[in-house]
Amino acid sequence: MSDKTNSTTRSGFDRRMFLAGAAGSAVVPLTARAAGPAPNAAAAPDPSLPVDVTLRVNGDSRLLTIDARTTVLDALREHIGLTGSKKGCDHGQCGACTVLIDDRRAISCLTLALAAEGRDITTVEGLAKGDKLHPMQQAFIEQDAFQCGYCTPGQIMSAIACVKEGHANSEADIREYMSGNICRCAAYPNIVAAVKQAAPEILKG
Amino acid sequence: MRSFTYQRVTDPSAAIQALAMAVANNNPPTEATAQPLAGGTTLIDLMKLDVMRPRTVVDINPLASTWSAINLDGGNLRLGALARMSDVAANPEIQRNYPVIADSLRLAASPQLRNMATLGGNVLQRTRCTYFRDISYANCNKRDPGSGCAALDGFNRMHAVLGTSEQCIATYPGDFAQALIALDATVEITGKSGVRNIPFAQLHKPPDDSPQIETTLAPGELISAFTVSGRWPRSVYLKARDRQSYEFALSSAAVALDVQDGVISDARVALGGLATVPWRAREAEALIKGQKFDEALAQRVADAALAGAQGRRHNAFKIALGKRVVARALHQAATMEI
Ligand SMILES: Cc1cc2nc3c(=O)[nH]c(=O)nc-3n(C[C@H](O)[C@H](O)[C@H](O)COP(=O)(O)OP(=O)(O)OC[C@H]3O[C@@H](n4cnc5c(N)ncnc54)[C@H](O)[C@@H]3O)c2cc1C
Ligand code: SF4
Ligand code: FES
Ligand code: FES
Repeated sequence: MSDKTNSTTRSGFDRRMFLAGAAGSAVVPLTARAAGPAPNAAAAPDPSLPVDVTLRVNGDSRLLTIDARTTVLDALREHIGLTGSKKGCDHGQCGACTVLIDDRRAISCLTLALAAEGRDITTVEGLAKGDKLHPMQQAFIEQDAFQCGYCTPGQIMSAIACVKEGHANSEADIREYMSGNICRCAAYPNIVAAVKQAAPEILKG
Repeated sequence: MRSFTYQRVTDPSAAIQALAMAVANNNPPTEATAQPLAGGTTLIDLMKLDVMRPRTVVDINPLASTWSAINLDGGNLRLGALARMSDVAANPEIQRNYPVIADSLRLAASPQLRNMATLGGNVLQRTRCTYFRDISYANCNKRDPGSGCAALDGFNRMHAVLGTSEQCIATYPGDFAQALIALDATVEITGKSGVRNIPFAQLHKPPDDSPQIETTLAPGELISAFTVSGRWPRSVYLKARDRQSYEFALSSAAVALDVQDGVISDARVALGGLATVPWRAREAEALIKGQKFDEALAQRVADAALAGAQGRRHNAFKIALGKRVVARALHQAATMEI
């Protein structure tokens, strides 16, 4: 089957155009790459074949060929090589995989990569400007806000959002709005101190 | 996770069309071969656990452009099913006019999860029963009808004391649903043959002999909105849990009162963490109407709310806890400044 057919589903919807928001039709099965002779029009697309997806991560667009089951977390770690975001539980419970999607903190282990197409993903790798660390990264170092460091990328992403959402006004507030990030080393007091330290600088912009 | 085909839909009729294959089989919606994907915080989790096994995942997130509005026009409330928990909780008008809704959402899950999770997905979240979530347990009538219930003589500390059956004692875990049932909300459901509205109290179904059937939704139907009539500024959501934050309720209460000249003219009491479905304590409410609030009244109401509760080996403590939560929530609602 030709390349052209690869990006076109049986029903005639163009996958890439659709995902770019350009197609007029409203349903798009993201079918696997077609292989072999054309099946009849009613046949379900074979879900066991990979699909193409473009993810925008830290400002760069990356075209990936993935299993439809791939989460944003696995796409980042296994396909793009950005291993800053960590996999703690893989079930939405620990927060280690927290990234920003369209500037809102989100759990990347429960987000399908296909569902994140067209959205802006920011990971811990995207925070520093050259050699200059983001104020929240700097504050985590200065406040000694980690021991093993495994939860830290998720804590930092979450902390930045916590400040921007306006939930860093008191220690109680910070604790409540950072509760989605578990730290098994229990660096919590230092994490709270880091968020307090970085908040004014982040809000200043 | 089993393999599936991913589809994204941009308008409701396309969503209904894409879910139509789910209608072809007679399974309950939770077993349907095509599942809508909203925030994914229940669905993707349960697919990873192999508890849910759709062959098609229909991403309905683009419908947010029409189905996520928060509207308080004309003294009533309408919440789109694709509104995110965090956005509704942070809305100042909701906080002022429906504190029970804002707090039920604010006290649930974590900020990241609330950013993802939608109101429609929230009310349809599945139980956290360990024996349901872990497929290595052979006995779970909800997951595998007829296989038995491992929780009956298992570690049932988190399980329900109200609305149980001998087939299933799983707790309905959500918080927001308690606010909706307390406020007599209506659910707007969009399906093949158009839109229908039902009382929220008729959405969930107690386990009885078929715990695998959790709602009265037909396969392929979508929740499009929730509506509440009137304002409920004197309302609270109180949640008792094992941790101070980021934990499901052991016991919670949604209480809404209307007080005129010191007399309670209308009262709503709903219970979370205690029952198999969102739970309205109507017998308890009847004791409040026409009364002035005092602590003795709160105690009588709390006793009535839990009167039918049945404790098991590890969860009997929830009955005493539930009463205290109801009494305290009533106190808070009666004495709050509005
Ligand atoms: C670690 C953790 C902690 C949590 N703690 C709490 C808590 O304390 N309190 C609480 O209340 N909740 C809690 N939750 C549950 C969470 O709130 C729900 O998972 C979430 O609200 C589900 O919404 P969603 O949009 O992600 O749904 P999805 O996962 O996308 O969908 C859930 C189900 O509903 C179906 N569905 C979704 N939208 C619609 C629609 N519009 N019409 C018809 N069907 C639909 C889907 O097909 C799926 O079967 C927690 C979850 C996690 C992972
Ligand atoms: S309580 Fe319900 S969900 Fe839990 S094991 Fe028993 S049947 Fe399954
Ligand atoms: S790895 Fe995603 S929340 Fe734990
Ligand atoms: S620093 Fe080790 S888990 Fe947080």
